[in-house]
Amino acid sequence: MAAINITNVSKIYSGGVEAVKSVSIDIADGEFIVLVGPSGCGKSTLLRMVAGLEAISKGTVEIGDRVINDVEPAERDIAMVFQNYALYPHMTVYNNLAYGLKNRGTPKAEIEARVAEAARMLEIEQYLTRKPRALSGGQRQRVAMGRAIVRKPAAFLFDEPLSNLDAKLRVSMRGEIKQLQKRLGTTSLYVTHDQLEAMTLADRLVVLNGGQIEQIGRPLDVYHTPASIFVASFIGSPAMNLLRGTREGNLLHFGSQVLDLGRAAAFPGQITVGIRAEDLRIATSGEQALTLKVEYIEELGAQRLVHGMIDGKKLTASLSPEIEIDETMALTIAPERLHFFDADTGKRLDQPFAGAESGRMSAPANVIKLETAL
Amino acid sequence: MSATLAAPAAVGFSRIFGPRKSVNKPPEETDAKRVQFNSRLLPYLFLAPQMAIIFVFFYWPSVQAIHSSFYLEDPFGFGSTFVGLANYTDVLKSGEYLGIARFTAVFTALVTFFSLAIGLLLAVKADGVIRGNATYKTLLIWVYAIAPPVAGLMGMMMFDQHIGPLVRFAAFFGWDLKVGLDYTDTAFAMIVVSVWKQIPYNFIFFLSGLQGIPVSVREAALMDCRSGFRRFWTVILPLLAPTAFFLLIINTTYALFDTFGVIDVMVKDKAANNPITLVYKVYMDGFRGNDLGGSSAQSVILMIIVFVLTIFQFRFIERRVHYN
Amino acid sequence: MHRTKLFDHVILMMGVFFMVGPLLVALMTSSHEAADIHRNGLQILPGGHFIDTYTTVLTKQGGFTGKITGLRMMMNSLILGIGFAAGKIILSMLAAYALVYFRFRFATITFWMIFTTLLLPLEVRILPSYEVMNTLKLTNTYTGLIVPLLASATGTFYFRQFFKSIPDELLEAARIDGAGPFKFFIDVIVPLSKTMIAAIFIIMFVYGWNQYLWPTLMTTDESFFTLVRGIKQILLVWVGSNIPDYNEAFALAILAMVPPVMIVMIFQRWFIKGLTESDK
Repeated sequence: MAAINITNVSKIYSGGVEAVKSVSIDIADGEFIVLVGPSGCGKSTLLRMVAGLEAISKGTVEIGDRVINDVEPAERDIAMVFQNYALYPHMTVYNNLAYGLKNRGTPKAEIEARVAEAARMLEIEQYLTRKPRALSGGQRQRVAMGRAIVRKPAAFLFDEPLSNLDAKLRVSMRGEIKQLQKRLGTTSLYVTHDQLEAMTLADRLVVLNGGQIEQIGRPLDVYHTPASIFVASFIGSPAMNLLRGTREGNLLHFGSQVLDLGRAAAFPGQITVGIRAEDLRIATSGEQALTLKVEYIEELGAQRLVHGMIDGKKLTASLSPEIEIDETMALTIAPERLHFFDADTGKRLDQPFAGAESGRMSAPANVIKLETAL
Repeated sequence: MSATLAAPAAVGFSRIFGPRKSVNKPPEETDAKRVQFNSRLLPYLFLAPQMAIIFVFFYWPSVQAIHSSFYLEDPFGFGSTFVGLANYTDVLKSGEYLGIARFTAVFTALVTFFSLAIGLLLAVKADGVIRGNATYKTLLIWVYAIAPPVAGLMGMMMFDQHIGPLVRFAAFFGWDLKVGLDYTDTAFAMIVVSVWKQIPYNFIFFLSGLQGIPVSVREAALMDCRSGFRRFWTVILPLLAPTAFFLLIINTTYALFDTFGVIDVMVKDKAANNPITLVYKVYMDGFRGNDLGGSSAQSVILMIIVFVLTIFQFRFIERRVHYN
Repeated sequence: MHRTKLFDHVILMMGVFFMVGPLLVALMTSSHEAADIHRNGLQILPGGHFIDTYTTVLTKQGGFTGKITGLRMMMNSLILGIGFAAGKIILSMLAAYALVYFRFRFATITFWMIFTTLLLPLEVRILPSYEVMNTLKLTNTYTGLIVPLLASATGTFYFRQFFKSIPDELLEAARIDGAGPFKFFIDVIVPLSKTMIAAIFIIMFVYGWNQYLWPTLMTTDESFFTLVRGIKQILLVWVGSNIPDYNEAFALAILAMVPPVMIVMIFQRWFIKGLTESDK
């Protein structure tokens, strides 16, 4: 068990391609960190640099106060769970778990005890004599986890470990990983492209885009105060509505439609406005509203997603199934629930209202820290 | 040699083997392992036995062949004289050599065509039947394991003047088949034996190619096209094209080189009025005629033919082949 | 529908007849007496002299020098087949392992040097190869018979393709588990390659056993003759006489084909898998 400090780490390939650009993350002992982003964002590369499977081009990685840039993977005191499990197909489950310990010269009795303990924890005791090919996907996943656990490492590294499982199994394994990690208290670094997985697992999540950190924060903080247009569109389902608008005085114009902010705002005229689908509600008569031309509806059971256009731009609203749907609907939103982004840089515009007292609008400390780090 | 001759070969090879990309590229761009061992000494240690053998038994003789092809060896072994391209012009002006080259071309074309056609026919039929599929397969691949000269021996017996059933069969149609005496008859027998020997190989590959076509594709074709024959021509055959293309190269090489044993047994050292191929001529001139320079020049000509064929096949034929 | 299936079977039967017929005839004829064959032609039914003929062929001292027996030739064939297959597997596994799993400076050039050998079959460089063997005094030795045949990279190519198909993560997991290059080779690569090794062994054994041109050049001493190499020589002696020993010639041919044919038959599945999955 140890803290992991990633400081200004870059990965530059021989062709000059920079896959990871000066990334810094401080991971506390026992913390569960999820690296999330679209494919090619550098999340796996970053994880593999921590694992020692890729050379670190610039910067340092410390595990428990020891710089491990030039340490062999086997000496880093880490364990890794791979997407395709990477079980040794010719070895029994027992030998798969024991192989790393044997190579380390762990005494036989100790190996047996540790394998037994891990097998009990993961409920794979009855499969110990089987070969991996005689196991189902979920069981293989457990064996892969077991191989990490028996090592009692300082940190677990997970490289999209659930993406080969079917949807239902993925949900239940997600829960098990979370519980197991809490129980063992081992520092974990987890890579996924699935924002839902990231939200549910992480103590803190790190959103990566183009090799750079877009935001680090607790899942709900990231959800409610996305630091950029990228994060806003990546985290949350349905994705946040993003509309180009112009502010004139207290009014926000979306083409021909207008929303009254009720007070003057401290940002420039051209902006991108973010609206979470669930923050939209039906306008009562007389209230200022946006007119949505409804195109189609997705029934989710608990809610209903209404997709349509306002002034030629797409918008999705999440409404209660009880509400009747018309061809056009008048929708509104509380001004403090709006998200504002700089139209050019895509960065979040904080403190949009001079002197406003909105807790949700103020940036948490880690976002500020992030910006200084970049 | 590697400098001049390996360069055109690279065109074909990069396509067969996929380009060997440099290792330190982003993972999605390379087909090498993402992680490799870094060791200064070990890879060379592992490669040493293979490289040593290749140098002594491949590169040394190949360079020797090219070298000798420019020299005239003294018949009594007292040194040799540089004669430039004289060995080549002698060979290429010789009517005998050109005749053999012509025969080799015809022989290769016929053997390749018939062994591919019959192999494909049997594979399609074996793929179509459900009952006895495994039995047919087993029975049809036996001959793969037989050595070419043994196949030649079997042929000699089948075409024997006294006891050969095929001679009697031909006589039934009024054909006086005289293998070993008549040029055309011997050529016919050689082709039959060479085709016979090669059918199983083509059969195996065509059958596994057919079985590799997804059931869903066959079912889609079944709905789109009523005629079984048309389905075969428009769907199955194009999908088999990579296999057929691969086999075309292998069969050409087989007909050019591996039939040596068949020919050697069937002409029984009486090459005079019997058909022989270019490879056999190299052997005859080198070992029977002791014409080192001439034989070497012929070797080099063969090397060039092999290279040209490879390039031709990759450049012109591969483009029309559908790879997934 | 039914009629077309019947037609398919007819074609397949004809194919089987064409492929297997000659072998059956050879086997049956070899169990008859020479004079009988001379009189009545080839036979399709078993005769009563199976054991006599094969005992003669295996033990009779034949050839020009009259010192070589069928048994001895069979031994030589086995040595060539097994020696060649084993040598090929060891050499090519090591070389392919280096090419796939190591990062080193001359990797690309080494790769090309090895794979160029696939382009030029032994047949186009026989004479200079023979000269080299003479220089090295390797004619009429088992080394001379086997080692030069190893100078083609087919096996290296097979193993390279196979190693590349092994998931990258396996090496990564092994490195995290603390396995070095030797340990990974022994603990993971070799056990994983078992089927591949078996398949290549079969293909290479058949290839080695069936070698003809190279043994013809390399061995003039009859005690080094393989069955395949000896067949023509023996044919010349036996078929040259008044009543040719057709039965013995056929028996010898059968002996020369039984071991490779049996191996291909018994390990048919591995053999086909090895051939079709690695040859491309």
